[in-house]
Amino acid sequence: MWDMRFDVIVVGGGHAGCEAAAAAARCGAQTLLLTHDPAKLGEMSCNPAIGGVGKGHLVREVDALDGLMGRAADAAGIHFKLLNRSKGPAVRGPRAQADRRLYREAVQALLAETANLTILGEPAEDLVIEDGRLQGVVTGTGRRIACGALVITTGTFLRGVIHIGEQRIPAGRVGEAPSVGLALALERLGLPLARLKTGTPPRLDGRTIDWANLEMQPGDAEPEPLSWLTEAITNRQVECGITHTTARTHEIIRGSLHLSAVYGGRIEGVGPRYCPSVEDKVVRFAQRERHQIFLEPEGLDDPTVYPNGISTSLPEDVQRAMIASIPGLERTVILRPGYAIEYDHVDPRALGPTLECKALPGLFLAGQINGTTGYEEAAAQGLLAGVNAAHVAAGSAAPATLTRAEAYLGVLLDDLTLQGVSEPYRMLTARSEYRLSLRADNAGMRLTEKGIAWGCVGPTRAALHRRFAADVAAALDRARAEGATPAAYAAAGVAVNQDGRWRSALDTLALPAMSAEAAERLFPWLRDLPRRVRAYVEAEALYGPYLARQAGERALLEREEALAIPPEVNFAEIAGLSNEMRDRLQRARPTTLGGAGRLPGITPAAIAALAVHLRRGVSRETA
Amino acid sequence: MSVIFALATGAGRSAVAVMRLSGAGTGEVLAALAGRLPAPRRASLRLLRHAGVELDRALVLWFPGPGSYTGEDSAELHLHGGPAVIAAVAEALAALGARPAEPGEFTRRAFLHGRLDLTAAEGIADLISAETEAQRRQALRQAEGGLAARHAAWAQRLTQLLARQEAFIEFEEEDLPGDLDARVEADAATLRGELEAMLAEGDRGEKLREGLTIAILGAPNAGKSSLLNALAGREAAIVSARAGTTRDVVEVRLILAGVPVTLADTAGLREAADEIEQEGIRRALARAETADLRLLVFAADAAPDEATLALRGPDALVVLNKADLPHAGLEGALPVSARSGEGLAALRQRLEEAAAARAGLAEVAVLTRPRHRAALREAVEELARLPEAGLPELRAEALRRALRALGRLTGRVDVEQVLDVVFGEFCIGK
Ligand SMILES: Cc1cc2nc3c(=O)[nH]c(=O)nc-3n(C[C@H](O)[C@H](O)[C@H](O)COP(=O)(O)OP(=O)(O)OC[C@H]3O[C@@H](n4cnc5c(N)ncnc54)[C@H](O)[C@@H]3O)c2cc1C
Ligand SMILES: Nc1nc2c(ncn2[C@@H]2O[C@H](COP(=O)(O)OP(=O)(O)OP(=O)(O)O)[C@@H](O)[C@H]2O)c(=O)[nH]1
Ligand SMILES: [Mg+2]
Repeated sequence: MWDMRFDVIVVGGGHAGCEAAAAAARCGAQTLLLTHDPAKLGEMSCNPAIGGVGKGHLVREVDALDGLMGRAADAAGIHFKLLNRSKGPAVRGPRAQADRRLYREAVQALLAETANLTILGEPAEDLVIEDGRLQGVVTGTGRRIACGALVITTGTFLRGVIHIGEQRIPAGRVGEAPSVGLALALERLGLPLARLKTGTPPRLDGRTIDWANLEMQPGDAEPEPLSWLTEAITNRQVECGITHTTARTHEIIRGSLHLSAVYGGRIEGVGPRYCPSVEDKVVRFAQRERHQIFLEPEGLDDPTVYPNGISTSLPEDVQRAMIASIPGLERTVILRPGYAIEYDHVDPRALGPTLECKALPGLFLAGQINGTTGYEEAAAQGLLAGVNAAHVAAGSAAPATLTRAEAYLGVLLDDLTLQGVSEPYRMLTARSEYRLSLRADNAGMRLTEKGIAWGCVGPTRAALHRRFAADVAAALDRARAEGATPAAYAAAGVAVNQDGRWRSALDTLALPAMSAEAAERLFPWLRDLPRRVRAYVEAEALYGPYLARQAGERALLEREEALAIPPEVNFAEIAGLSNEMRDRLQRARPTTLGGAGRLPGITPAAIAALAVHLRRGVSRETA
Repeated sequence: MSVIFALATGAGRSAVAVMRLSGAGTGEVLAALAGRLPAPRRASLRLLRHAGVELDRALVLWFPGPGSYTGEDSAELHLHGGPAVIAAVAEALAALGARPAEPGEFTRRAFLHGRLDLTAAEGIADLISAETEAQRRQALRQAEGGLAARHAAWAQRLTQLLARQEAFIEFEEEDLPGDLDARVEADAATLRGELEAMLAEGDRGEKLREGLTIAILGAPNAGKSSLLNALAGREAAIVSARAGTTRDVVEVRLILAGVPVTLADTAGLREAADEIEQEGIRRALARAETADLRLLVFAADAAPDEATLALRGPDALVVLNKADLPHAGLEGALPVSARSGEGLAALRQRLEEAAAARAGLAEVAVLTRPRHRAALREAVEELARLPEAGLPELRAEALRRALRALGRLTGRVDVEQVLDVVFGEFCIGK
């Protein structure tokens, strides 16, 4: 009755799906990737850039778990920039603008060399569920394929509707049909669905842009790769242009607001606060005279330019007038109009901390379907879901998951599954209470050993990581053991308190008075450290005192995190909880006291009552 | 939660007694007693019956949750205030499955349902135990959210500061206002100044809530016990011509300028040979240590003793007792006589001024508990780190911690609120 059988099936070949399929396969699961069109694997549906502040952190975490995204971005990058270079290492975010075609090719090449992975160009139309257990899927051609675990990563394709002015086109991405069958199947499962929207700007023909009269912005002279496996960036690098909207642009937009899909009231979905359409910008920030636009080339031999900053759902002719009112774009041809897209997403509170559906074990959801936005957010979820799907298919009970203190991916999982989303969710470093320790430069130190234990990290990466970890440990030991007296620091031109107290290199490396030259004069061995090792030591020196100061608080949080809420706990029986609190807890079923505390609307008093109950339970057992 | 009931008015005979009910199921209990549910929040007159027996004709009010005081379904029965009526209704309520409330349980439920923040709940507890007019007004102000409002205003400003700092970190590429980062430090310093001013107002709110202690100290026979009795208006302490009469600390409660005051008479200070007297003196000195104010008593018929002179200081008020006897006066001392009453009115006035200065009702809502002060102090300490922090993420860290410390006053502060401000104030995105 089955046409084929796999350990893991991944539905959807976006960023989430590619990472999920590759991760499951790396874990040893026989994996099938089902997607509409294998030629579109690695497609960037919107902005041709990977990384940034928060997002770059996620890419490094995906990379630390041996994912594809960092490597593909390095292979395709044509404009690199380390954001926040002038700020501390914790908030520096690597970013690459990629050649769209090169990126697709890189992802497809990485997938092709992945063992245990089969790719099939067919949509999934339905789920096969028997006796309350997930058995497999049915494809668009009627094939029935059995699996041990399933990961759905269909992005914006669930009942997607594209809006351009008053036009409405059912679609997943422009030119691609939406997934209706699967949406119905998920609805039948009783998964709570809600509607979100997002938008994209028109694409421009770069050959018709007046580059000569625009301010140009080069990338970094020394590109910072996104993957730690990358030795050097070899692509030719290009510049971006910068221009601005004008008073005339704003006039055109104001005059046509009623035609905008968003403002005309034809869209009910909620859009992201941080990605407003240009209509939004003009209305909400009416006092602003102009808005900045980055003109980003989409490829080395592709004339398409992505104008970052003017996402819109106005009718095409208005878009043309709008573009013509922008300096440098007076004669520019629009290759593809901008649009807004509305789609269904699943309320991620229906998922547990491994992204497995609480209602249907074996079914995982990852990516934009969970209400997130962004390639990096999708990739990170995909990877984690893929690993767990492989574990479930192999019958392993050990869940692979991460806490807020361990990774931005942990923050993402926790926020999604406990808070749910009220707008498309994007990662920001501000979301982490552990920002100073979750850095892009220490992602490997935080995660690679875990990845090795989970089985998703290959031998090359594992060896590289272990060498790095050993170097770091040795360098930190040395920086703690070696130091100088205040007199010696002063002699090297570094002002420290003349209190006669010996200070280690680690104590002084981050002092504002300590220049790189002075540091090397005092501790010549610093010069011999590999660049990344030295940067790591310097970051530890900078944040060490802060992290120490927070140790108490962190310990408290970790204790709350460690206080597990056993699945059999009946919230209705806990004394001192109001009905409303009981309902909220019962619905969300947080797995730790810490998680309960982060649920929206849970009062501190309710947490106290819960803590008392849990601790009492513990002491009774141990007594 | 189960239905609870309690008499909201005092015990004893009265014209009207109010019985309060709260909890899921209050509606059923009320309907069983009063026939059917009255219209919400409208007073209606009903004959209360139980088990075929008529209990009382009462004014009945029905407050469906969550818009009630506790946030639960609740009700009030305005009964005739006789003990027999109250007992019969209580018995009927218990028979219908309700149980007597524990002390403070209504307010605790209101807090659990998020109807009150922590400071308001504290205010209500204080309101119930207020003894004086000044205490009552202070407690009411807090119960009505006065402290929460001051806190909310600071928290909002701090949120705004943090949002600016966060925007500066997250959105380097957007064209944000150029002075974003620079303004954070200056604005944080202003805010810190205000918090410090609040702390500098001192612990008057706590003192008004808890009351002041005034210790009466002096040599044996200076007339300390006589003064205590004169101020209290009754013979609370034993007076005798024998030096070393008082051994235990004798306390009386007074109200001075609306502040509850404990006046403590102590053993006379001297080199004592007697073991019991020695212990009394030890206690006297311990009390001198912890008292908010020391009343130092010298006698006109004796030279000022060293032990008492040593206790002078800013929190000391000096009197020269037995001013009815011939005397040459004492520098800085108010002449009084416990015997003739001379100077006692002036002494009382000086004590009232001192009490008002240390614990009087303030113009605005003030900190009334040590935990308030601790939270504020922590916020100030974090803000003080800002100038030395150097990097934006370290400044943000200090701001976050300050906000969290402030949040402890009333509840939590979360990331979403900060992000709301980031995206509301700055135009960010593609
Ligand atoms: C118009 C638009 C604008 C956007 N703007 C931004 C932005 O400005 N900034 C930002 O960070 N992010 C933006 N995004 C979001 C970003 O592109 C996505 O978050 C990210 O690509 C999601 O990845 P995903 O893997 O979850 O889904 P997708 O990349 O959408 O991939 C879904 C995949 O599933 C496949 N699929 C769908 N249904 C089926 C089926 N039934 N069977 C088999 N395969 C199926 C599709 O073919 C596709 O390959 C935008 C997205 C869109 C569409
Ligand atoms: N003339 C005069 N005698 C006073 C006055 N006040 C107290 N006395 C007398 O002084 C003696 C001591 O008074 P107490 O009030 O017992 O003195 P005390 O300071 O409490 O003494 P100890 O308890 O022994 O430390 C008593 O005989 C009082 O009557 C006063 O104002 N004038
Ligand atoms: Mg006495």
